[in-house]
Amino acid sequence: MVKRIGVLALQGDFREHIKAIGKCGVKGIDIRLPAQLDGIEALIIPGGESTTINKLLIKYNFINALDRFNDMGKPIFGTCAGMIMLAKKVVGEEFGLGFIDATVQRNAYGRQIDSFEEYIDLKLNNLKKDKFKAIFIRAPKILEIGENVEVLAKAKNEIVLARQENVIISSFHPELGNDIRIHEYFLSMVNNLKKKREKENVRAF
Amino acid sequence: MEKGTIKVKAGLAEMLKGGVIMDVTSVEQAKIAEEAGAVSVMALEKIPADIRATGGVARMTDPEIILKIMDAVSIPVMAKARIGHFGEAQILESIGVDYIDESEVLTPADEANHVNKWDFKVPFVCGATNLGEALRRIGEGAAMIRTKGEAGTGDVVHAVRHLRTIIGEIKKVAALSREELMAEAKKMGAPYDLICYVHENKKLPVVNFSAGGISTPADASMIMQLGADGVFVGSGIFKSENPEKTAQAIVEATTHYNNPDVVAKVSKGIGTAMVGISVSSMEEKDIIQNRGW
Repeated sequence: MVKRIGVLALQGDFREHIKAIGKCGVKGIDIRLPAQLDGIEALIIPGGESTTINKLLIKYNFINALDRFNDMGKPIFGTCAGMIMLAKKVVGEEFGLGFIDATVQRNAYGRQIDSFEEYIDLKLNNLKKDKFKAIFIRAPKILEIGENVEVLAKAKNEIVLARQENVIISSFHPELGNDIRIHEYFLSMVNNLKKKREKENVRAF
Repeated sequence: MEKGTIKVKAGLAEMLKGGVIMDVTSVEQAKIAEEAGAVSVMALEKIPADIRATGGVARMTDPEIILKIMDAVSIPVMAKARIGHFGEAQILESIGVDYIDESEVLTPADEANHVNKWDFKVPFVCGATNLGEALRRIGEGAAMIRTKGEAGTGDVVHAVRHLRTIIGEIKKVAALSREELMAEAKKMGAPYDLICYVHENKKLPVVNFSAGGISTPADASMIMQLGADGVFVGSGIFKSENPEKTAQAIVEATTHYNNPDVVAKVSKGIGTAMVGISVSSMEEKDIIQNRGW
């Protein structure tokens, strides 16, 4: 069972993520300094202001620590600003950790006046489509994905939730509603990847 | 697709949490703020300290100034309308600002009523000195609250007083029994359903920032520890000796508010903070936090 999920708490709605995984029975831990990533099994990068989060990531030497975290195959989930941090390419900007093969664009749906709520189709278990009320706030868009990236949800033909191995990104805010299915999916993915890593370690002996 | 819902309006404020919103009066200042890590800027003609010094009627900023600032930065841009001045608010919505601050810093346009914020798709932030005032504003449709300090003074004492008041009153309402809630709503002049919300959830229904008088990293750290969701810094940045350093230090102190080692480090060598005015030495007529009904 998953025990230690970190939530990057430099800025943004990290408390909402902690609340959402709390409803799944898992305790979230605030991460404000890279050393706090030690012993953390998975990380959530919340929504917030991406320029602010990016500056603080660099200033507080998170980049190498996060590279190592990702290289270990530990799961990372980024929502909105978090997605921008994880993408391989961000249009017109220099940031992006490059952990998922996706090109994204900041504020691509417009200013606040164009922020919206919309039902999207979730495809989390490949079995059935399911509706999810998604909240988009000055949201970034996923413009392109690489062939190894799996689409988990679309809204009006645009990709809004995607996964590549250990990394999930969403352009909306699953943490703002009361529906915790996407967080449950992330936690089950954390468990599955952990089991897989343990098996591989046994085989390596 | 639904736009302008309360979830979407309050949602932007959720994204600003743990951040610093800075007052700016030019493209140059807006860029300094963004570069320092501000989560949003408030586009103004004059910062509160200068509004105080100039006197006269303080009104909405020229839309051209606001539009130039909106073009220059990628972070959300807020702008102020006078209390009750729905005409100014309509203009601000029309030019596409991301948040409207119905602000006591400007000269009130209505002595009895605030703007009916439900009429707008753009979200509003409003000031409050106590829980009743905060819930009245939320009842009118505000999607974010800022605890009112005394703007343009650089003196944090009233920001502390009103944040402590609101948080103390939330604790009190949470501890009341169900049958006491209507009497409390009557006493505070607050909508009954919102008093019930506070009783059940032990918090405001929207994000609560602190504003007015915050001018050093230590101020920001203290205010965050007292329970603010984030801070507005008005005159504190561009009235300081070194705005770039001060802005950046306040951003870092807001993130690491509960880590004194970091706050100490960022407080070093940033130059003199704004001189300011001690609120206790001010005359009653110069106090602006009492504006708001």
